[in-house]
Amino acid sequence: MTDETSKKPNSGVNRRAVLAGGTALTASLFLPKQLKAAEYPTAEINTTGLAVTDDTVTIGILHSITGTMAISETGSVQAEKLAIEQINAQGGILGRKIEYIQEDGGSDWPTFAEKAKKLLVNDKVASVMGCWTSASRKAVLPVFEQYNGFLYYPTFYEGLEQSPNVIYTGQEATQQIIAGLDWVAKEKGAKSFYLLGSDYIWPRTSNKIARKHIENYLDGAKVVGEEYYPLGHTQFNSVINKIRLKKPDVIYAIVVGGSNVAFYKQLKAAGIDMTKESPLVLTISVTEDEIRGIGGENIEGAYACMKYFQSLTNDNNEAFVKSFKEMWGDDMVIGDVTQAAYLGPWLWKAAVEKAGSFDVDKVRAATPGIELTSAPEGYVKVHDNHHLWSKTRVGLAKADGQYDVVFETADLVEPDPFPEGYQ
Amino acid sequence: MKANALFTRSEMIGFAILACVIFLLLPAVLDTFRLNLFGKYLTYSFVAIGLALCWGAGGILSLGQGVFFGLGGYCMAMFLKLEASTPENTAIQSTPGIPDFMDWNQLTALPWWWEPFHSLTFALFAVVAVPVVFAFIIGVAMFRRRVGGVYFAIITQAFAAILTILIIGQQGFTGGVNGITDLRTLLGWDIRTDEAKETLYYVNGILLFAVLFAAQFVRRSKLGRLLIAMRDQEDRVRFSGYDVASFKIFIFCLGAGFAGIGGAMFTLQVGFMSPTLVGIVPSIEMVIFCAVGGRLSILGAVYGALLVNWAKTTFSESFPELWLFGLGGLFIAVVMAFPNGLAGIWVEKIEPRLLKAFKKSPAPASPAQQSTPAE
Repeated sequence: MTDETSKKPNSGVNRRAVLAGGTALTASLFLPKQLKAAEYPTAEINTTGLAVTDDTVTIGILHSITGTMAISETGSVQAEKLAIEQINAQGGILGRKIEYIQEDGGSDWPTFAEKAKKLLVNDKVASVMGCWTSASRKAVLPVFEQYNGFLYYPTFYEGLEQSPNVIYTGQEATQQIIAGLDWVAKEKGAKSFYLLGSDYIWPRTSNKIARKHIENYLDGAKVVGEEYYPLGHTQFNSVINKIRLKKPDVIYAIVVGGSNVAFYKQLKAAGIDMTKESPLVLTISVTEDEIRGIGGENIEGAYACMKYFQSLTNDNNEAFVKSFKEMWGDDMVIGDVTQAAYLGPWLWKAAVEKAGSFDVDKVRAATPGIELTSAPEGYVKVHDNHHLWSKTRVGLAKADGQYDVVFETADLVEPDPFPEGYQ
Repeated sequence: MKANALFTRSEMIGFAILACVIFLLLPAVLDTFRLNLFGKYLTYSFVAIGLALCWGAGGILSLGQGVFFGLGGYCMAMFLKLEASTPENTAIQSTPGIPDFMDWNQLTALPWWWEPFHSLTFALFAVVAVPVVFAFIIGVAMFRRRVGGVYFAIITQAFAAILTILIIGQQGFTGGVNGITDLRTLLGWDIRTDEAKETLYYVNGILLFAVLFAAQFVRRSKLGRLLIAMRDQEDRVRFSGYDVASFKIFIFCLGAGFAGIGGAMFTLQVGFMSPTLVGIVPSIEMVIFCAVGGRLSILGAVYGALLVNWAKTTFSESFPELWLFGLGGLFIAVVMAFPNGLAGIWVEKIEPRLLKAFKKSPAPASPAQQSTPAE
C-alpha cells in the first residue's frame, strides 16, 4: 500500500467520495491506464454472443435473498454490488459499465439451477457472482459446465472440486484447517482434540482432513471424539457432557447456522469459560456475521481460523470496511465470505482486461496467475486450479463481536483441493 | 353404458384444450429454456392430479405428497447417477466407479441396495413401486385404524419430515443435503442437450395424459362415486357394507404412484434430485397447486400447478426482493374469491356462457353434480 492513499481524509466523507477514494486506491495498484471502449470494438471482445454492448456488460448475481440462507448470503450480495459500483466509478471493464441482473435462489437448490440456466441461456450474462452453500454450487455446476458460464463462488468449502467454469474465491478446506491446527499445537501445546460438526459434506470433509493432520502430522496429538448433529440441531448438552468427561485440549467446532447459537450458549451455560482456554475452542465456521446471532458475550475467548477478519489492519481493508459501511449502513459487519465475494468482480475485471476479451474461454485462460494487490485480505493470486493463494489467520473472539488477529501465516497458503494423504 | 361414458361432452372439450395447450401452444410460443421450465412445472401436475383424487374426491388430505414425489425422483436419480459414475469419469476418487458423494463420505463399496439400480427396468419399476409400497404401508397403518382428517394430514407431514432427516443424515448413501447431482445420460443418451429437453417434455406430456386418463377412469367408475360418498358421509358408506379403508388405501396408493412418476420426470428434466423436494414445504406447496387449480378437478390441478409455478418464476425474476409477497397475495386472492379454484371459475362463470352461446343444454346446476363438477 502506498503512502498517498493511506493519507486520504477519513472524516466527513460522503458516499461518492468514499467510492472515489476506493477507486483511487485500487486504480493506483491495478492497471493505472483508463481503458476506452472504442479501443475494444464489441465484435472483437465478444465473439460468443454474451450480453455486451458498446458501453455496458451484464453479469448475474445469484444468491438467496429469501429463505433460511438469506441471512448469510445478503452480505455477499452487498459486497458484490459494492465492488461493481466501485469498478464502474473507475470506468468499468474495457470501457464498459457493469450492469447486473440479480436472481433469487430462494435457499432452494433446484431454484438455483433454474436461475443459473436463465442467466446463462436467456440473459447471456458474461459471468455470475453467486452461490453460498455447497449444495447450491453442486446444483448449478452442471448448468455452468453445459453452457460454458463462469461462476465466482465466495464461500470457504470442502474442496474435492475443480471446475473449469468456477473460480473459488474462498478457501478450500486444507488452506483453512491445517494452519490453525499447527498453530494451536505449537502455541497452545494442544494434544487432544474433540471434533464436532453439523452433519453435511463440509464439516465431515473438514474433520476428515483435521483428523488426518492431527494423527499424522502433529506429534503425539490425538482425536478423542468426533460427532455430528443434523442441521438445525439445538440440544448439545449430551456432547458437552462427553467433552467434560474426555477433557480434550481443543474443541474443534464446525457447527453451522442456527445450531451455532445453541451450541455456544449451552457451552457457556455448562460452565465452560472459553476465555480460560481449557478446553480451547477452535472453529472454522463462525465469522463476524454468525457472532451477530450468537452474541459476542457468548463466544468471547473462542478462536476462529479463516482468511479474513474485519479487524485486519491494512489500508486496503480499512478503505473496504469504510466503503461497505457507507453503502450499507454503520451497523454492518463483514465476515470472511463477504470479503471473498467482494473479490469476485475484481478478479473477473482483472482477467477480462488481461484477456482483452469477455469470451469465457479467453477469460478462463487468462485467469491463472491473476494477482490482486488491493484485496482487503491483502495480496491474493489465482492458482492454476482456480482457487486463490491466500494467507490463513487465527482470530480471538471478543465480546464486541469482532476478532483480534493473533496469528497469520508468513506466506500465502497454496490451495490444494485434492490433498494427497488427506483423502 | 355408451361408448363415450368415460367423458361427458364438456370433459372431452377440457381434455382437448389441455392437449392443445401442452402439445401445440406451449412448444410453439416458448423457447427451449422456458419449455423445459414448463416441463418441470408439469411434473408437479402429476402430484396435483393425485391430490385431486385423494383430497378433492376422497377427502383424504395428505401433506406428505413430496415424499412420494421424492421417492420416485430418487429412484430415477440413483439409476442416472450410477450410469454417470463410470470408473473413467470418477478416476480422481479414492474408489473409482462409485458415486462421488459416497467417495467423499469414505464409502469404499456400493451399498447392496444400490446394486439393482444399475438396471433401467428395475429403476422404472421402482419409480412407481417404491412410492406405492410406502403409501400402502402408511395407508394400512392409518386407514385400518380409522385415522382420518386432520390427524392423517399431520401424520403424513411427519413422514415428510422423517424422510428428509433420513436422507440428509445418511449422506454417504443418499447424497445428503446436496442431493444426487450431476446426472448426465440415460442409456448413453445425453439428457442435458436442448433436443433431449424437448423430447423429455413431450414424453412428460404423454405420461401426464396417461395419468389423466387413469384418473378420469377412476372418477367415472363406481369407485369414484364411492369416494365422493365416503368424503361426504363416511359412516353411511361403511354401514352400507363397503370396506372404506380399502378404497382409501387404493386411492392413496394411486396418488403416490402418480407422484412417483412426476418425481422421476422431474429428475430427468432438471438433472438432479435433492431433499428440498421431499420435505414439508414442497409437500404443502403441492397442496396449494391443487387448491389454486380447484381440488375437485383433475384438469384444474394441472392448470393450478402450471399457473402457480409460472407465477413463482415470473415474480421472482421481476421482483427478486418481493416475489414471495406477490405469490402469497395470489393464493389469498384465489382462495378468497374462488374457493373452488380455477376449475370453479370455469364451471361457474365461463362454461355456462359458452354453452348459452352454443345453444346447448342448460348448464348443470344440481348439487350432486356440483360436488363433482365437470371441467
